[in-house]
Amino acid sequence: MLKRLAQTLCLLTIAFTLLGADDNSTTRLDRTGHKLVCQCGCGQILMECNHVGCPVSGPMIDELKAQIAAGQPEKTILATFIAKYGPIVLAAPIRGGFDDVAWIVPYATFILATLGVALLIRFWHRRHAQLQPATPTPDLTTDTMRTRIRQDTEYDE
Amino acid sequence: MPSFGSFSLLLALALCVYTLFSGALALYAIAHRRKLAISAEHLRETSRRAGLASFICISCAAFALIYAAFTNDYSVDYILHHTNRALPWYYKFSALWSGQEGSLVLWAWLLAAYGFVLRLRHKVDITLSAYASTILAAIQTFFLLLLVFAAPPFALVPGGIAPADGLGLNPLLQYPEMVIHPPMLYLGYVGFSVPFSFALGALMMRYPGEKWIHITRRWTMVTWLFLTCGICLGMHWAYAVLGWGGYWGWDPVENASFLPWLTGTAFLHSVMMQEKRGMMKSWNVWLIFSTFMLTILGTLLTRSGVVSSVHAFAQSSIGGWFTTFMVLTFVVCLFTFFYQRDHLKAENKLESLVSRESSFLFNNLILLAACFTVLWGTLFPVLSEYYDRTKTTVGPPFFNRVAVPVGLALIFLTGIGPLLPWRSTSFRAIRRNFILPCIAILATAAILIACGVHPWQDDDATPSIYALVCFSLSAGVITSITSEFLRGAGVVRAQTGKNLAASTILLIRRNTRRYGGYFIHYGIIVLFIGLAGSAFNQSKELEMGDGDSLQLNGYKLVCQSSSQDSNPNFDTDYALLDVYHGNKKIAQMSPARLFYPAMQQNDTKVAIHSTLALDIYVVFEGRNPETGRPIIKVFLNPLVNWIWIGVGIIVIGTFIALVPPLKPTRRTENSQLSALSSELIVEPAFPSPVDKVPEAPHA
Repeated sequence: MLKRLAQTLCLLTIAFTLLGADDNSTTRLDRTGHKLVCQCGCGQILMECNHVGCPVSGPMIDELKAQIAAGQPEKTILATFIAKYGPIVLAAPIRGGFDDVAWIVPYATFILATLGVALLIRFWHRRHAQLQPATPTPDLTTDTMRTRIRQDTEYDE
Repeated sequence: MPSFGSFSLLLALALCVYTLFSGALALYAIAHRRKLAISAEHLRETSRRAGLASFICISCAAFALIYAAFTNDYSVDYILHHTNRALPWYYKFSALWSGQEGSLVLWAWLLAAYGFVLRLRHKVDITLSAYASTILAAIQTFFLLLLVFAAPPFALVPGGIAPADGLGLNPLLQYPEMVIHPPMLYLGYVGFSVPFSFALGALMMRYPGEKWIHITRRWTMVTWLFLTCGICLGMHWAYAVLGWGGYWGWDPVENASFLPWLTGTAFLHSVMMQEKRGMMKSWNVWLIFSTFMLTILGTLLTRSGVVSSVHAFAQSSIGGWFTTFMVLTFVVCLFTFFYQRDHLKAENKLESLVSRESSFLFNNLILLAACFTVLWGTLFPVLSEYYDRTKTTVGPPFFNRVAVPVGLALIFLTGIGPLLPWRSTSFRAIRRNFILPCIAILATAAILIACGVHPWQDDDATPSIYALVCFSLSAGVITSITSEFLRGAGVVRAQTGKNLAASTILLIRRNTRRYGGYFIHYGIIVLFIGLAGSAFNQSKELEMGDGDSLQLNGYKLVCQSSSQDSNPNFDTDYALLDVYHGNKKIAQMSPARLFYPAMQQNDTKVAIHSTLALDIYVVFEGRNPETGRPIIKVFLNPLVNWIWIGVGIIVIGTFIALVPPLKPTRRTENSQLSALSSELIVEPAFPSPVDKVPEAPHA
């Protein structure tokens, strides 16, 4: 029962925290602009570049506005920017292919490591159970007394 | 003075090399009972004294560099490139770490200072301290080799003719926090060398027991505190200076400082399992090894230009030295680990999935998952370039999507961990301990939804979902920690008859480590609440002439005037804005744009009006070249102050945890405390993590 509860809790936590995969922005300009990086060397998101008179971000935003006004789908707009500035213009690796590895590896590692730790705990738990005597007789009185003595006589330092 | 500085560095290098080799020889002779021309103990002592002297030499070098900055000695190339005559004195002081050579001097000096304290306190365990001192000398030798051969800070200007004035300090670094942020960060980076040296030394000499952990506990905590403060000061600097409205941009150099913090935090938690139950020995050794290597990796990333960063001012060609050092360190650690691995066998095994031990395991898992994610995202552009010869960017959209869920899982565990006892627990205890936090989580979620937080209605649901989860979990954690305090205080109150406040203070004083730790958890949660506020940021940009106003979410900014000013160091272009909430004037703000003639660079001076609920963050972005009117950008950033308050609580909590616990007088208080202890023990859900857990009866 306890084990089930813990397992369910773990699964729910992972599922709940990984929610929110959907990504829709308020406007197309804002949404697409946040997927691009200003190429002036500041390394900031295109829509957040705060350099007045920046020779790069202004024209890039104008270019983006023009393409949105022309009714281009986001994929085409991003492809145009990649063709012009290279893949470095994207704020995150979203081209597919090797870029997918960037997204898969952290989740895969986390899931595998969680499973690994859970299995390890299970293994240790079973081995501990095997090491127990057939009829365990825990000496609670001695344990409690020992702990109390330790608490009274020992401190951190 | 440059000659004096160079000579001091050379002497320090000689002393460090002596400390390293004489220390190693003495320890080898002692360990293998070999006879030397002089007694091994004497040789070990000379090694220690040489290490102490090296600190004085490096201090002289650091003093020489600062003296050169203060006396405008532009014959020194470093001083020429990082100061000028108009620079205020306190920024001349900070010129020590504003460039590569100076930063390395600071690193070497702090390392020597840590080593000095370690060698002075050698009597805590003479042999172990000697091992740690020798390992520390090896690290110090590396930095001094760099300073003498690769990046000499006292190199003279080419041609030998000193210019009349310097080129000045990078304007971004001319901010009060820059006087303390780098030293704090470096104290954190460098400080991890000490627990690393002790851990490696303890493994080399097969140190019996866990005393080395007790010796290094304070070192590790103080170092962790410095690193935490350093990172948070950097966040505040980015927020107040860079003018983009945020405090964390997932820049590679920011990430580099975050990596050792994550592994260091994991170490501080998992080391308790080794202390209490003799478990996780290999894991802990590798955690501290990794933390140290990540500090070196951080410096490598900052200096080598392997990844592009806004910290480009620090780039240079010494990356190869750091790579070599890191590989050497890894080889030494790996060899020592395999050679001595039988010494690291666990004394106990985990008994239950639901226990304090397993919560520490999952805590470590999540912290390391976060570390791996950040490292992976930071290095992915390098991998991508290697794989398909194209440069890619891994920026905030990636990290926010991948790292934030890991952070939420960490909050969840922060609440669960303290409620679980060591070894195992019963379902009844779980139900009793978790009922209140669960109610708090659900109630908070319901209140937030009732107050209008409806992620499903947002166009971009992700940030508000994360914020909702974060606020709800935070409420649960705060409830669980508070109930721990109240319950403990209730027991003390029943035993001593004191009021609740006095009982809480007594409780904290009696177990400073445990309750200091809880304060740190409080701080982390408050910090997370502040971070979650960013999901509701708003901004607006407008060109404003005199009398023009800007409206944003109930706030009105009216431009009173805009003007220009200048002083010898910089020219200022600023606007004067009155801020109204409704009809009430709440502040006058003056954002500015600065121009530094010496560096020919612009800089922003952000105006921030902070309250507990939100920050009004105003940026003077410049003037429209056609109309000459200022362009003002306003951000409403909710809950930012909570981040800085959270950091303050973390600092207080760490100080509490560092204070030795109250020692009862045997006759008067012992009886009270023993009664108190027994009561706490009877309740298995609330054991003290300070006390070593009694072993289970084995067959």
